[in-house]
Amino acid sequence: MVTDPVLLQAVADLFPNGISRYAVGGLFVGLGTVLIYVGTGIPAGASTFLESTLSYVSDQSRFERYVGSRDWRLVFTAGIILGGLAFAATFQSGLVTSSLYEPGTTGRLYEVAGVTLWMTDVQPWRLFVGGVLVGIGTRVGKGCTSGHGVCGVGSASKTSLAGVVTFLTVAIGTAQVVAAMGVSP
Amino acid sequence: MSADRHPLFKPLVFVGGLIFGFGLGFSHMARPEVVLNFLQFDDLGLPFVMFGAAIVSGIAFALLPRIRDAAPLTGDPYERRLKPFDRNVLVGGAVFGVGWGLSGICPGAAYASLGVGNVTILWALAGMFVGAYAQGYWRSHTQAQGTAATRAD
Repeated sequence: MVTDPVLLQAVADLFPNGISRYAVGGLFVGLGTVLIYVGTGIPAGASTFLESTLSYVSDQSRFERYVGSRDWRLVFTAGIILGGLAFAATFQSGLVTSSLYEPGTTGRLYEVAGVTLWMTDVQPWRLFVGGVLVGIGTRVGKGCTSGHGVCGVGSASKTSLAGVVTFLTVAIGTAQVVAAMGVSP
Repeated sequence: MSADRHPLFKPLVFVGGLIFGFGLGFSHMARPEVVLNFLQFDDLGLPFVMFGAAIVSGIAFALLPRIRDAAPLTGDPYERRLKPFDRNVLVGGAVFGVGWGLSGICPGAAYASLGVGNVTILWALAGMFVGAYAQGYWRSHTQAQGTAATRAD
């Protein structure tokens, strides 16, 4: 048990919102992945949805390989959206509380039909330009934070570990530079 | 592969997505500010989400092949589906890193973000489709010149 007050304060500074909401959230993300894997044998990632959904409206040959999986990937994404809504209707709305859940102070809260919803303050241009690069990078790089970060790391794939180290390092550098340039939020 | 799937296939994927999206909401990964706070070293919670999920998944990936041969809803074998390593993993990873560092959002978290009420995230989702289309268009046209070598992924 750590009792040194200086050290305790240093740890508290690094984790101003504690760690339980992160660890519990990660547990749920993992359980969702496991449920799909147990039933189907598929380690599901989130970014393939972008290309598989484009196959409905585009006949570019690159997207054809995803025609067979595009229906269930649409269902997977619909589930993720509604899972976010389920969180909003429970913990975000304060209907359910737990000592494991730290609400935090980011963004803006607003209410629709008794459900507390949340909106980001991050500027739209950052989201759009960043989104374009995420769309290119995840598909060229064969995976995102779920495909490489969760499924790939979970199966100890060297390819995925290389991908995770690359995107984590570059993202940290980018965010630090953007913040140093005074862009906020 | 797709025609005669088990009737519970899509319901199971849906429930899996629900749990997955709930976790992204609960962990605040659906909030770009929280991801940016990690990348700027103001709140180091994010690795608990990604690696926590990876550990839970990793246990299942390791155990299931020893328990059963094939998944009940697809008949597919429980096997490691390792993606081949090439330069694209690093180039794409770096491009993704710049986008993630600029916006604080990744694909799964963006879908969940829409669910928690973040209508503004549609900018990021629109961007992701534009980016995915641009690389698909480019790769469709460069691949049409006759390389079969890159078809492995």
